[in-house]
Amino acid sequence: MIRVRALRKHYTVHERAPGIAAAVRALFVREKKTVAAVDGIDFDIAPGERVGFLGPNGAGKTTTLKVLSGLLHPTSGEVSVDGFEPKRRQDAFLKRIMLVLGQKQQLLWDLPPSETFELNRAVYDVPRPQYDETLRELTALLELGDLVRKPTRTLSLGERMKCELAAALIHRPNVLFLDEPTIGLDVSMQATVRDFVKRYNERNAATLILTSHYMEDVAYLCPRVIVIDKGRLVHDGSLEDLVTRTRPDKRIVLRFSKPVDAQDLAALVQRGKVVSHDAGHSVLQVHKDAVNAVVGRALSTLPVSDLTVENPPLEEVMSELFARHRGGANGGGANGGGADGGPRDGAGA
Amino acid sequence: MSLRNTVRALPTLLRIGFLEAVAYRAEMFVWVLSTTMPLVMLALWSAVARDAPIAGYGRGQFTAYFLSTFVVRQLTGCWVFWEMNFEVKNGTLAMRLLRPVEPIWSYAAEGLAAMPMRILVSMPVAGIALAVTGARHLSHDPFVWLVWVAAIFGAWALTLLINVIVGCAAFFLESSLKVMDLWLVLFFVFSGYLIPIDLFPARMRALANVLPFRYQIGFPVELMTGAHPLAGALHLLARQWMWNAFALVVAVLMWRSGLKRFAAYGG
Repeated sequence: MIRVRALRKHYTVHERAPGIAAAVRALFVREKKTVAAVDGIDFDIAPGERVGFLGPNGAGKTTTLKVLSGLLHPTSGEVSVDGFEPKRRQDAFLKRIMLVLGQKQQLLWDLPPSETFELNRAVYDVPRPQYDETLRELTALLELGDLVRKPTRTLSLGERMKCELAAALIHRPNVLFLDEPTIGLDVSMQATVRDFVKRYNERNAATLILTSHYMEDVAYLCPRVIVIDKGRLVHDGSLEDLVTRTRPDKRIVLRFSKPVDAQDLAALVQRGKVVSHDAGHSVLQVHKDAVNAVVGRALSTLPVSDLTVENPPLEEVMSELFARHRGGANGGGANGGGADGGPRDGAGA
Repeated sequence: MSLRNTVRALPTLLRIGFLEAVAYRAEMFVWVLSTTMPLVMLALWSAVARDAPIAGYGRGQFTAYFLSTFVVRQLTGCWVFWEMNFEVKNGTLAMRLLRPVEPIWSYAAEGLAAMPMRILVSMPVAGIALAVTGARHLSHDPFVWLVWVAAIFGAWALTLLINVIVGCAAFFLESSLKVMDLWLVLFFVFSGYLIPIDLFPARMRALANVLPFRYQIGFPVELMTGAHPLAGALHLLARQWMWNAFALVVAVLMWRSGLKRFAAYGG
């Protein structure tokens, strides 16, 4: 379905130092710098797959999505989406894909969303019966109700995003590129959007690539994640695998029936640490291999009323992964990328 | 992009464009007011010609000329470059590029869709022009009026294409709006918008004949005021459409090469 080989997208940007002298000098000599937004990535995505595209700000995620959707011409490399070369922007290709950019909108600002839907029906050449059916379905799934008849400018951010999704799906694309679709939305709206996207994927066997800084979106929607940093691929595999390799720790959450001394806890976790502790509640972090032993000791020596074992929060895992990668990059050469697509995140914590 | 797809979508594009024009009616009204320069020039030149005609232009001729200029400006006005520049710079052009209709067509449809509102504004002025000057300062040749219809469309198309070319400059230049400033300076001088081309010295008139600006305004206005017999009108129409063909080639080349540089910043 999607095949990417040695994809590079480099930008030339002009730079100048602050100050009048630099401004005058820049009139005659402009300093240029090449920025490697995407620097040689490879991956394949199968039909119907849901893939999370992760990375810190400026990693190259959105650039990659824009190349895949034909908005940007790659500097070099090979890209194929559903058999099409995206940069050619053929009608048949554009009718198969959709791209939602969380910070950009296609809805006509001063007109109701229903007018954008109608416009998309015409430009995507959707037969009227199919349009009516799709709209009915989208209205029900996204609970659009009367929203579609109010001017877009009067809608809240969450309402706009729901209408944005509906507008982008009127032509029933089978490849969805979603770039931060839940940005700025409240928790309940995030859940609505997530749930809707998953149902659309399941009903239509649509392929999905999602970027999001909300790890809950990724955990809920994407069995597979691709992590890029500084334009290079640093992980391609399951989320579980990423977590295990980055942070081979588990969190043991304990609740006590009576107060427990901090020293007793410290003795319990010789190879880990106490993340937090108060009289009735503690969180321990230990290597996954030590979990059974620590749990056994805790149950036998402490007044435990409740105990759960969890993975560390995804946000922490990602933060640690990026920090480690950046640290490695700083000491490892000008480009700072991973080892040409090879994962660097698995080495000891 | 297939032309068939675009043609099929055109009625909806025009309908949406009209709805947007209506939604922005206050803005449009202000815009119409801002294009009243011909009326200012009418007052000025009428005062100058009070005592004696200038190069054959008496008060009646000036009235017919500048009221015709106002009408032609309303019918051919296009400011797509502004929107293109904005959309290229902040990346929202991306949303147009995702649709299977070439954005140039959607820009054109938006411009064209505003026409009914503009006709609504310009028709009363045309009526006043007829009442004030009578028909004696307007062309009486029905064939010239047929040429005028083609010339109005040609003037609109040329203005649109120039807007697209300047809009495409945003792909290459940091300050592409300055290009339009430069264009407008030349336009005001050589288009006949402020001064009838007939009043120019011979050399400047010859220059105006070969530059594109006159074909945006002055030429259709001159057809309205009966300045050209049919043969001369057809000759100038051919020149206007040659400019259109040239501008189309430049616009398409700039658009294609600009898209390769499009960075779709933001979001």
